[in-house]
Amino acid sequence: MKVVALIKQTPDTAELPKVSVDEARSGQIQTTMVINPWDEFAAEEAIQLADRLGATSVAISMGRPDQTDALKHALAMGIQSAVLVDEAVAAEGDEWTAAEALAQAIRLQGDDVQIVLAGKMSVDGNSGLIHVGVACKLGWSLLVNVTRIAEVADGRITVERSFEGGQEVVQVPLPVVISVAKEINEPRYPSFMGIRKANRAQIPVLGKDEIPISPAPPRARWENLRKPEQRTVQVKIIQGATPQEKAAGLVDALLAEKVI
Amino acid sequence: MSVLVWIEQIDNEPVPSCWEVLGKARELAHQMGTQAAALVAGQDVDAIAQEALGYGADTVYVADSPVLARFRLQPYVETVHQALDAAQATLFLTNATVHGGTLAAMVACRRNAGIAAQAVDLHLEDGRPVATRAIYSGNMLADIHFESDLAVASIRPRSFPMPEPGPAKGTVVPLEIPLAEEQVEEKILEVKPAEKGEISLTEARIIVSGGRGVAADPAKGFQLIGELADVLGAAVGASRAAVDAGYIEYKHQVGQTGKTVKPDLYIACGISGAIQHLAGMGQSKVIVAINKDPEAPIFERAHYGVVEDLFVMVPALTEEFRKRLGKG
Ligand SMILES: Cc1cc2nc3c(=O)[nH]c(=O)nc-3n(C[C@H](O)[C@H](O)[C@H](O)COP(=O)(O)OP(=O)(O)OC[C@H]3O[C@@H](n4cnc5c(N)ncnc54)[C@H](O)[C@@H]3O)c2cc1C
Ligand SMILES: Nc1ncnc2c1ncn2[C@@H]1O[C@H](COP(=O)(O)O)[C@@H](O)[C@H]1O
Repeated sequence: MKVVALIKQTPDTAELPKVSVDEARSGQIQTTMVINPWDEFAAEEAIQLADRLGATSVAISMGRPDQTDALKHALAMGIQSAVLVDEAVAAEGDEWTAAEALAQAIRLQGDDVQIVLAGKMSVDGNSGLIHVGVACKLGWSLLVNVTRIAEVADGRITVERSFEGGQEVVQVPLPVVISVAKEINEPRYPSFMGIRKANRAQIPVLGKDEIPISPAPPRARWENLRKPEQRTVQVKIIQGATPQEKAAGLVDALLAEKVI
Repeated sequence: MSVLVWIEQIDNEPVPSCWEVLGKARELAHQMGTQAAALVAGQDVDAIAQEALGYGADTVYVADSPVLARFRLQPYVETVHQALDAAQATLFLTNATVHGGTLAAMVACRRNAGIAAQAVDLHLEDGRPVATRAIYSGNMLADIHFESDLAVASIRPRSFPMPEPGPAKGTVVPLEIPLAEEQVEEKILEVKPAEKGEISLTEARIIVSGGRGVAADPAKGFQLIGELADVLGAAVGASRAAVDAGYIEYKHQVGQTGKTVKPDLYIACGISGAIQHLAGMGQSKVIVAINKDPEAPIFERAHYGVVEDLFVMVPALTEEFRKRLGKG
């Protein structure tokens, strides 16, 4: 059996405010790029599951051919192999084109892929769509916000998932696409040996020949990319001789704001 | 033609943010000269259907079956397909909760439709819907124009005002239930509901949050924060530092790797205001910071600040609110 982790390379969260509109439009982001924080949980779970099930783990990322740092991070954590999908295969497309490209890349890993793990959302795209699209294109089961994988047996998988109304234990048939929640594990730090191995790894790049996508017009257009208006707030520090005086001043202000 | 809104129910309670979305759908439908329709799926959901009429739906499609009692993607997607066809919808809206976001995405992908996920605003241009999305964790905005006949969007809770309910007018239309239980591949084996009365962070009008500032006595700190929240009918939030230190459960975390919230009032107690925390709460209408360090970065984003030890300030504030709000 194979377990796939879907990994996106995204800007370091501390540098997200620095990304300019031009960079976002062209995709030529200048900030430090790292593995999408949510995808570390997917990578960790793929490593643990592969151990548990005697399966192999594969990380797949779509991006520019030189964007291999996130995949190397996954390899350094202990993922066994990695594949990069050149984002040019889905150029001019939308999220569903990206999902189709990743679905094809998953199929190319063979029929023994039974579990695909993804993060909850990317910190740049913020959509939480791609894993849904991948499940849709593959026609597989989909489970989102999974906090524990309890059992994989007899062609079925049992997991615990969480949503606003609580938690549920659910079972679906394999193969399955799963998005993982933060509670599922503690992603490990890459070991020194792992980093050395990852740095030597050759990461194959899949392009238009391997992943042919018939050009379809995008179903949605993104326009008017812009920075949100900077909210210039001048903080009003509530003064007072005692905490009680400060409390009274703050409550006055909040009642006047009509937010209570 | 119509704008169709999915009304989420959890344990037969409608999720309030759906009414916000329905209110907006009604406004758009009015401008487009079409109808606002709602879809209520579940078991014994007549009361929710009536509520949807009260919130302004012209037609409510009801799919009532044990198969739909709890959210499962496959039968829910089939139900939405039926409703979309029955309503001849050109715009399908959900709230961007775990279920709503997933349902909108799967329906859009299956119908080969354009989607705006986690949208924060909607308007019309030349009579067609345009959705605004926040990307790069709130650091950029984009407008999504749809090229497909059906447009789909999931809307973040608290993006639109809560409409006032009125008398229930309009019609209820029952839908055929598309699947029998044997045909549903997903089986729910066990349910652990959230605590009764727990206010969901993303739906909350007021949030009181605690950070590493409670470190001197974390249990006491979050007890005080909880008491303030109780007086205000608020939800309790937390920074990642507080969650990582084990002071409070992860489901309370606000920020980049926690929840994105947009309350009318956010009270940050002992939180420094790191970028990743601001990513989750920076859109709050009024932000209050209680911090003993006057240089804390949170004061650059807060509307009101109190430089004080939270262990004395939070109870003083609770006391003052009790007095003023007439709660003893
Ligand atoms: C990839 C990534 C994702 C992240 N995601 C998140 C996220 O989702 N949410 C999040 O919050 N953070 C997140 N962080 C962490 C973030 O960078 C900060 O480390 C974190 O927000 C700090 O939490 P804090 O403000 O509680 O703690 P600190 O920064 O330690 O601040 C504590 C504050 O409390 C004040 N204080 C101390 N004692 C008292 C007292 N007695 N009374 C009043 N004030 C007091 C101090 O002056 C200080 O300002 C993320 C980081 C990374 C790298
Ligand atoms: N370019 C990509 N390459 C690989 N995986 C991706 C890519 N984009 C998104 N994903 C996966 O899909 C999840 C949701 O992403 P998004 O829909 O962008 O929020 C991420 O957490 C990843 O696991």
